[in-house]
Amino acid sequence: MTPDLLVQVVVSGLLIGFVFALISVGLTLIFGVMDIVNFAHGEFLMLAMFAAFWLYALFAVDPVFSVLVCGPLLFVVGVLTHKLLIRHILNAPMLAQIFCTFGLSVFLKSLAQFLWGPNFRSITEPLLGGRIEVLGVFFGLPQVAAAVGAVLATGAVYLLIYRTELGRALQATSEDRQTAALMGIDTERMFTLAWGIGAACVGVAGALLSMFYYIYPEVGAVFALTSYVVVALGGFGSVTGAFIGGLIIGLVQVVAGFISPAFKMVVVYLVYMAVILWRPQGLFGRW
Amino acid sequence: MESVTLRVLDVWAGYEGSLALMGLSLEVRTGQVVALVGANGAGKTTTLRVISGLVRPEAGQVLFEGRRVDGLKPHQITALGIAHVPEGRRIFGRLSVLDNLYLGAFVRRDPAERRRNLERVFSLFPVLYERKNQVAGTLSGGEQQMLAIGRGLMLSPKLLILDEPSLGLAPRMVDRIFDAIAEIKRQGTTVLLVEQNLVEALELADYGYVLQTGRVVLEGPGARLLESEIIRSAYLGL
Repeated sequence: MTPDLLVQVVVSGLLIGFVFALISVGLTLIFGVMDIVNFAHGEFLMLAMFAAFWLYALFAVDPVFSVLVCGPLLFVVGVLTHKLLIRHILNAPMLAQIFCTFGLSVFLKSLAQFLWGPNFRSITEPLLGGRIEVLGVFFGLPQVAAAVGAVLATGAVYLLIYRTELGRALQATSEDRQTAALMGIDTERMFTLAWGIGAACVGVAGALLSMFYYIYPEVGAVFALTSYVVVALGGFGSVTGAFIGGLIIGLVQVVAGFISPAFKMVVVYLVYMAVILWRPQGLFGRW
Repeated sequence: MESVTLRVLDVWAGYEGSLALMGLSLEVRTGQVVALVGANGAGKTTTLRVISGLVRPEAGQVLFEGRRVDGLKPHQITALGIAHVPEGRRIFGRLSVLDNLYLGAFVRRDPAERRRNLERVFSLFPVLYERKNQVAGTLSGGEQQMLAIGRGLMLSPKLLILDEPSLGLAPRMVDRIFDAIAEIKRQGTTVLLVEQNLVEALELADYGYVLQTGRVVLEGPGARLLESEIIRSAYLGL
């Protein structure tokens, strides 16, 4: 492998890794606060991608701008998911919780299929097209833009959680709901907020991905499965873990894909199994 | 003039069908330390949980400063000025000591008030100042109890509820916790205390209630309760 090629592969891996990180931060945030895995996370992403697509197709709004709509839009989807569904199964058996979000995933996929058909769509002429050259290596401009957007969004979530009063309350709720309530924290509001922020993360990620990825009803699975691996690797509930995990999985996927495209996911899941076997709590896990 | 901070009136409460409180009534006068004693399962912790809204009573009333608070959510009751330091300390072990203290002041946003309370907590428990940036989970049991009490004080509470603050602590640490409670009392904070260490608790308390199977069976000034037959025979084995 020539040095140029190495740089190419490593940087490409990091670029997509930043997007994985953002998706996974959303997933881990919901899990951390709620102790519920959102199996509809990928479908949230799919909704955001379609939202970006239709804003582009109908109103000629480029994803660079519609990302500012898709984030808040998915925040609302997350809030509604909590208010209409999750709130009612908070104390239900774990199986009921799993089937609830899994059912939501099937529902959203079918709804997208019904409304928009199974076809692959794409944003044909994104504002940020073409390639840029860095140190003699070429990168797709959409990919670079997506990575930059993902880093900014992840950074914002990080600051919110670790540098604000609200974030401290979210952390407290995540550790001990009842005691958090005794501190005067409205935990129900924290739950709603966690779903809102968690979904807004994929809202932003979806708009960013729509710049260079195909958009179709099943697209969520591709990224959701990867983000479950990322979250397991980073440690369930750990935002830092999700970020680092995202970068690692991005790198692994691109490097493996470079060696043998057909087996890239195999290598990703091998990493996943290795984590489960030797460090089930993940890199930054709590238990 | 004596005013009443908290009044619990004929409260019935329980968990999943079994009643833990059967017509319990008590009163906490402003500025006093009131002790709640009794055997395991007498309903002491349930009483505290009813007051702070964690358990909803089936019947009866809880009046805080003359206002009904039963039926309110825990966070609403906290906002009114009741700080509940729960049994087992329940500090946020993954967060720093300072974060824990600020969480206690979650509903108190005034920076000057926060600074005052922080100074009060640090002068009461200097070790917390030394460890303010440490992750709370790494504190010793006694330090965690200090943190839990300090976190409660950050609310500027009108009523401080302490559930078994000396449970599981070494004797020397127990003394320090009781010294701290005495100091908190001297500073004028109203305290409702549940304790296994009956003698220390009743010596400190202005007034005490003895609970048995969800009812008050005896009440009176702390010192007088210590001399009563029921306490001497049933709890002190004298």
